[in-house]
Amino acid sequence: MCEIITITSGKGGVGKTTTTANIGVGLAMRGNRVALIDTDTGLRNLDLLLGLENRIMYDLVDVTSGRVPYKKALVRHKRFDSLYLLPTSQIRDKSAVNPEQLVQLCNEMKSDFEFIIIDCPAGIEQGFKTAIAAADCAIVVTMPEIAAVRDADKIIGELGRADKENIKLIVNRIRAQMVEKGDMLDMADINEILSIECIGQVPDDEFVVTSTNKGEPAITMKDSLAGQAYKNIVGRICGESIPFLKPPKEGFFTRLKRLFGML
Amino acid sequence: MFDVLMKIFGNKSEKKSGQIAKERLQVVLIHDRASVSPEIMEQLKNDIIAVISKYMDVNKSGMEISLANDADSVALVANIPVHSLHHSRR
Ligand SMILES: Nc1ncnc2c1ncn2[C@@H]1O[C@H](COP(=O)(O)OP(=O)(O)O)[C@@H](O)[C@H]1O
Ligand SMILES: [Mg+2]
Repeated sequence: MCEIITITSGKGGVGKTTTTANIGVGLAMRGNRVALIDTDTGLRNLDLLLGLENRIMYDLVDVTSGRVPYKKALVRHKRFDSLYLLPTSQIRDKSAVNPEQLVQLCNEMKSDFEFIIIDCPAGIEQGFKTAIAAADCAIVVTMPEIAAVRDADKIIGELGRADKENIKLIVNRIRAQMVEKGDMLDMADINEILSIECIGQVPDDEFVVTSTNKGEPAITMKDSLAGQAYKNIVGRICGESIPFLKPPKEGFFTRLKRLFGML
Repeated sequence: MFDVLMKIFGNKSEKKSGQIAKERLQVVLIHDRASVSPEIMEQLKNDIIAVISKYMDVNKSGMEISLANDADSVALVANIPVHSLHHSRR
């Protein structure tokens, strides 16, 4: 059985590509055969996050236009060898692939993989429609910010109109100290507003930046809190019930120190 | 000194920005989900003015209508300043 998951958000820059890379690596670390499809045509990024940018020969548009079979365009990961990337074109635009073409491609690929993860472009135009067309499950990524939550709500509405019923939520870049001070939407607020099942609460973490620099997703770094959150998400996708990480609480003395400028 | 103590122990009386964000979101999403466009709100406003003007002299430019949520229901709130009631019936 193959599960096709689209990672989407509405708003740009909330962490779709980061999420795709981490979930992909995490599923592959558990031994699954995983294909990642980048559909953010024109703004290719997923290759960089996985450290595969120098090994690309063909792209998604070459495949959907029939120039090469998909197997020729897949790039296999060096370290996690059950992980494959189907990169998109950097020179074409979002209209280069239509929903029917992506559905057909996923149908072809299904028998070779346990998971196909599709990284969606921002927006609700054709690129979004193409990215969700084949999905069994949509994961909506948002951030604890008013505009990102509003856009997530909009995307949830669009997914409903497209008859996608299996929708999950990941809240990315949570800053525990701001939440504790009451200066950031907390999980209870977001769950109340969006009311879809949450499968991940990812902290804002410098490791995400350094791991992106190196082309090795944070989930491979054992000291990364975001990496741990992604591991838990992968477990939940695999059907395990895992409690959410407790944010490290800022104690009285930390607060006192911060107040007197010592932190 | 009092300020400092309030900061250390957390000042509960002032509304936090997270709470403000939540309340603003709840209102804006009512509009988004109902997909009531500003044009439709404008039409609705004009229709309400037309109806009420039959009975009262209202301040058209001072009128405000909006969707609001109190507790867990949604209300259409109209604020219509009245200049005077018409004396004669038509
Ligand atoms: N949990 C996180 N902590 C810190 N930085 C993050 C986190 N998630 C994403 N970022 C950063 O945010 C930026 C946007 O992320 P990206 O995955 O490219 O978003 P999208 O694909 O939705 O546009 C990147 O610079 C990324 O490194
Ligand atoms: Mg992206």
